Amino acid sequence: MFEALAFYVFASVLVASALMVITARNPVHSVLFLILSFFNAAGLFVLLGAEFIAMILVIVYVGAVAVLFLFVVMMLDISFADLRKGAMQYVPVGLIAGGILLLELISIFAAWQFSPEASKNAAAPTPEGVENTVALGRLIYTDYVFAFQAAGMVLLVAMIGAIVLTHRQRPDVRRQKVSAQNARRPEDVLEIQKISSNSGV
Amino acid sequence: MELVTDFFSGLGFPQWLAMASASALQIIAFLLVVALSVAFVVYGERKILGAMQRRQGPAMVGPFGLLQSFADLLKLMGKETIIPTQANRPVFVLAPILMLVMAFTAWAVIPVNAQWVIADINVGILYLFAISSMGVYGVIMAGWASNSRYAFLGGLRSASQMVSYEVSMGLIIVCVLLVAGSLNLSDIVMADRPVWVQIMLLPMLGVFLVSILAETNRCPFDLPEGESELSGGFMVEYSGVLFTLFFLSEYANMVLMSAMTTVLFLGGWLPPFGVEALAFVPGVIWFALKVCLILFFFIWVRGTLPRYRYDQLMRLGWKVFLPFTLLWVMVVAGSLLVFDALP
Repeated sequence: MFEALAFYVFASVLVASALMVITARNPVHSVLFLILSFFNAAGLFVLLGAEFIAMILVIVYVGAVAVLFLFVVMMLDISFADLRKGAMQYVPVGLIAGGILLLELISIFAAWQFSPEASKNAAAPTPEGVENTVALGRLIYTDYVFAFQAAGMVLLVAMIGAIVLTHRQRPDVRRQKVSAQNARRPEDVLEIQKISSNSGV
Repeated sequence: MELVTDFFSGLGFPQWLAMASASALQIIAFLLVVALSVAFVVYGERKILGAMQRRQGPAMVGPFGLLQSFADLLKLMGKETIIPTQANRPVFVLAPILMLVMAFTAWAVIPVNAQWVIADINVGILYLFAISSMGVYGVIMAGWASNSRYAFLGGLRSASQMVSYEVSMGLIIVCVLLVAGSLNLSDIVMADRPVWVQIMLLPMLGVFLVSILAETNRCPFDLPEGESELSGGFMVEYSGVLFTLFFLSEYANMVLMSAMTTVLFLGGWLPPFGVEALAFVPGVIWFALKVCLILFFFIWVRGTLPRYRYDQLMRLGWKVFLPFTLLWVMVVAGSLLVFDALP
């Protein structure tokens, strides 16, 4: 009973906040509702017994990605009235695109046939007495180790690519070299001289 | 836990109600202790800073000024709560509430003694990390909703600071997990650590101590509220009860981070250095003493160091701590593998 109740609470808040993401008038409110829906999705994962994925969802998406998202949205200088002024003229195009997508999805779903092997693989619950985290780790680092490492390499390449694309050398700017600053010693730059009066250095 | 549940079933409660009442009692007990400890941390900070600066600190309210925090609390509650007209009302009010809720929710998984924990979950350390990374939202929401330049700059600084130091904190936690072989906090405390492993974790303890200073926005990394340039930072527009919530959550976060350090590095409720002769002292006392030690470190640093510059802070986080912790994770993992000490 309790699990069903928790499920309906999480699911209804998730759907409601997801709706608010696209209907909220203020983009910052949209991002905050997005965070709320991430949080509720994590709650659903916990109910499924996938606590590791739930925590990673909160750490990665809520704790890092959404912060940067909020960061960017807060800095944007948008006039909301101007944004809404021209919105109505796109409604017919949007409706047509959405309708075509819906029809395609319906036709795919109607023609879908599950392979008999696939349905056997899909139902692979965590073995009895093994934690969710342990089971996940065993699968990732044994059966799927190459796929996992390949995914990591793709992410690494994407990261390096982003840095290369946005990095720019600015020769006109004097850069601070901390190691050089720390390496400076008084002997190198200071000179103590005995000056007799009325003569100068 | 079982004892309290049995007590309620003895009163004729049905099983689920007995369980729920027992949990509610536990939660209230934790909340009370944490809130009280916050009051005395504030008092202790003022006393210790006073001693370091050769003055008395609070001495008037109650014996030795012990009741100073409560007097301050009453005063703050009596102040008018001002909400600026241009502020975004719901977010403005929500921000301090969220911050305090996050500071208290994390206590659900902290084991203060053997079996003394509200929720003994398998992914306790991840839960703690997730909740502590949520704390940034209170600051960033307050900064944005205040509709003030100083508050906004403070919120931005805080967001980048907390996100940067979380990266190295995550890698430090990975190190501890490699040694303990479990994500459960009680198992991490009880994990058997040979002396050479503990010595390998020492540099990680140092990095972690600096990172929790940055994570809680404490001196020398208290740039988000830097009063000399931002006149109070993200909380400049807050007053009355809402300011009290920020104040409470800052200190609750300090206590929480100290408890986290205690669980990860200082052996939780176990007697120090594994001395069996000291085991007669209850585990809670050891836990509290270790937390006090870290809290003293927080205050000591505040009394000693000047504030970092913003670019120095970022440089330390990304160019020093991140490469070092990344390297050290590999060193720890490699030596555990070579010496066959993996749990």
